[in-house]
Amino acid sequence: MSKVEFNKETGPREVFCGLTSIVWLHRRMPDAFFLVVGSRTCAHLIQSAAGVMIFAEPRFGTAILEEKDLAGLADAHEELDRVVNDLIARRPEIKTLFLVGSCPSEVIKLDLATVAEKLNKRFLGQVRFVNYSGSGIETTFTQGEDGALKALIPLMESSNEEKLLLVGTLANNVEDRFKKIFKNLGITNIESFPPRQSTELPKIGKNTKVLLTQPYLSDTVRDLKHRGCEIISAPFPLGIEGSTEWFLAAAKAFEISELKVHEIISPLINRAKLALESHKEILKGKRLFLLPESQLEISLARFLHNECGMDLIEVGTPYLNKDLMKEEINLLPDNTKIVEGQHVEKQLDRVRESNPDLVVCGMGLANPLEAEGISTKWSIEMVFSPIHGIDQAADLAGLFSKPLKRNQILTSKTLVTH
Amino acid sequence: MELTLWTYEGPPHVGAMRIASSMKDIHYVLHAPQGDTYADLLFTMIERRGQRPPVTYTTFQARDLGGDTAELVKKNIKEAVERFKPKTLLVGESCTAELIQDQPGALAKGMGFDMPIVNLELPAYSKKENWGASETFYQLIRTLLKEKVSYSKKISPLRWKEYGRRPKVNILGPSLLGFRCRDDVIEIQRILSEQGIDTNVVAPLGASPDDIGRLIDAEINICLYPEIAEASCEWLKRNFGMEYTNTIPIGIKNTIEFINEVHKKLDLPLTNKKELENKSKLPWYSKSVDSNYLTGKRVFIFGDGTHAIAAAKIAKEELGFEVVGLGTYSREMARQVRATAKELNVEALITNNYLEVEDAMKKAAPELVLGTQMERHSAKRLGIPCSVISTPMHVQDVPARYSPQMGWEGANVIFDDWVHPLMMGLEEHLIDMFKHDFEFVDGHQSHLGHTATNTKDILNSDEKEENNPKEDIIWTESGRAELTKVPFFVRGKVKTNTEKYAILRGIPEISDETLYDAKAYFS
Repeated sequence: MSKVEFNKETGPREVFCGLTSIVWLHRRMPDAFFLVVGSRTCAHLIQSAAGVMIFAEPRFGTAILEEKDLAGLADAHEELDRVVNDLIARRPEIKTLFLVGSCPSEVIKLDLATVAEKLNKRFLGQVRFVNYSGSGIETTFTQGEDGALKALIPLMESSNEEKLLLVGTLANNVEDRFKKIFKNLGITNIESFPPRQSTELPKIGKNTKVLLTQPYLSDTVRDLKHRGCEIISAPFPLGIEGSTEWFLAAAKAFEISELKVHEIISPLINRAKLALESHKEILKGKRLFLLPESQLEISLARFLHNECGMDLIEVGTPYLNKDLMKEEINLLPDNTKIVEGQHVEKQLDRVRESNPDLVVCGMGLANPLEAEGISTKWSIEMVFSPIHGIDQAADLAGLFSKPLKRNQILTSKTLVTH
Repeated sequence: MELTLWTYEGPPHVGAMRIASSMKDIHYVLHAPQGDTYADLLFTMIERRGQRPPVTYTTFQARDLGGDTAELVKKNIKEAVERFKPKTLLVGESCTAELIQDQPGALAKGMGFDMPIVNLELPAYSKKENWGASETFYQLIRTLLKEKVSYSKKISPLRWKEYGRRPKVNILGPSLLGFRCRDDVIEIQRILSEQGIDTNVVAPLGASPDDIGRLIDAEINICLYPEIAEASCEWLKRNFGMEYTNTIPIGIKNTIEFINEVHKKLDLPLTNKKELENKSKLPWYSKSVDSNYLTGKRVFIFGDGTHAIAAAKIAKEELGFEVVGLGTYSREMARQVRATAKELNVEALITNNYLEVEDAMKKAAPELVLGTQMERHSAKRLGIPCSVISTPMHVQDVPARYSPQMGWEGANVIFDDWVHPLMMGLEEHLIDMFKHDFEFVDGHQSHLGHTATNTKDILNSDEKEENNPKEDIIWTESGRAELTKVPFFVRGKVKTNTEKYAILRGIPEISDETLYDAKAYFS
């Protein structure tokens, strides 16, 4: 393991909660509905993060707790029952309904598991109910997906069939590319989790080899292990290096030769390197500060340093699972400063002191930093854009080079300024 | 428990954030978990603010709940005070913290600070954003001014005469995330200044706690946005005798009435009465012949209370529209909206459910929708032109250009913003009319997207309306042809009415004549 510097920080944060992941999960599984049991704040958070208005009727909503629901839990359970009945009557196309716990529902100890169990009996054969918590007192941002996937595992049937299981939400086009490459490598039985239809859950067992596509799935990995799955240890498929190592690790698990892998992916690598050049030109030698948000920070830092030549000032992450991130951390340059957790004020002090060229941060902080003359990239874009794989390496680099390029254009000395 | 897919208003602590972020030298310590920090983006992204809202979130986690969350609150308050050195501290809690009852306000007051501390208790499970903003503004004013209350001496609106200076007023209510507040303030200050009236303090937008302390230097208060400022104005009236205005200067008539009201309250002679009629282009533009086609346009209005009521008045009296629907999501303004609706002979729609609004819109078959960004989306789906008149805010509602709603320029902006979409609607109609001409290029794209603007769509549309009478009814060739000739924006209504009529009369087949019979019957 490289000599990486680990730090922990606590204090006020500027991070989304796990509910936010509904924004991409509902798109991945169009036959599912996500019902948050929470407050007006929860509803407002999701609509603010998701641009909800473009949907006539979105596939997520909030059962907003009111004073009378807080008075007695029995009534709250009954009320939730009523809301679910109305919802299913209105949206008969729903196949899976996620009951998503929130900060207030956790604090009042609303037992969503029991509610889900009851509802499962009543709607047997029509709708399946699962529950998980996306609450901000337990989860940050991407951890919501971890909770949702973990909740689906008990519904997955067992099978000893040998297969490669890609775990973590991917953009559909990226998923298709990956499957094609794996088929070319000779791995034919490939499934994804989460699937594109909530009812088409993959079967799992001791011959299931799990390859993670996202770094934030600690609990899901643990439960898949309990079900006998083998977890392939690899860096994450971001950038050429990460993706190559990722393919190699999968190939090894299926006893496919390294040579074969290189044969299949080297044309892709050459093409990607070419595409990366123009971005590298902009990014090389620029100093990067990553604030914690998506848990993708470590992989991004590795890519932006190793492949784009950026210098790393600080790599923030809301939560660090050293075991899961082992392969990534090994690829980081020596003396990389990783900070787990956040004290947003102290961290912003360090941002200002270190005078970075680019800061990766949440939407709440981006414009204030821009106003101070610091270029930024919103981290939320990372979870909405297709950034995985060799073919997307240049697009991923482009997300970071664009703000710098724009800054160059706007501050160009050829412009007459007023 | 209420199923909500989308909400017009955020929780009450977001209202408090609006007040804190609007002001200077204030800091708000909010006892809340990390997810609540999303609210920062409302200010930094939607308003494009270059500063973070002055808010510290205590960020308690599940593991803190077993321990001492009160200590966590105190630690955050201490750090925030040291770092930001606010002149006034707001302390409150969001929905989750309300449940654990740490009473952060009381904790803060026990920490021995010199600065005034406002303890905000905003019930998250029964109240909403505007209420939270109003309550915060009121509590802040009360905290900063309560020691100056003198029960013997009331402020006379006429005292400027004794002092031998121009009258002074406060402009209360404008805030961040309020609809066009930034520009309304400029417009209203300009109008008052022309009348020889000085602005003492604008608050909360741009004010500091010191400015709040100076509120009582003015003679009267301008209550510009009652949703935010009425409670405060009422308190200032009760405790200092300060009068406040009731007229909202949106539209020509209301702007003139507003100026009259201010003059009357201050006992200031109004010298340029005649001039006022010509300060805006709206009256003439509305009177000019090419505005004739605006007469009786069916308009559906939904928004916050203040803007919806103002829009209804302008629509009816200044543009000659027919108001076919009026509603609001502000429950606090329900009474006033109902009264206005009654005058207009429509039933007021008071709801926080946008799907209900969309249904009402569909039933009213308007030619123009004046609503929030959500109604803009609903109207788009129905193929109806729309102009946005109210919060909730969208980045589009913070235009780069000067674009008030109030006063003379506000009336100009309103004329353009409401009439242009209709002109586009007219263009749409022409496209529809001429599309069979050989000169017409096939595939002309509608700016409204591919909405139901042709007869085929309407005839085939699977309307989910109840009492749908169309079963068993046959549209003959001539009936269909005649329906094509009806302008697209009323075609749906004509179709439904004709079918209703056919059923009523037991007519099995609808011909061109049936259409005319129905038209005569319903007119």
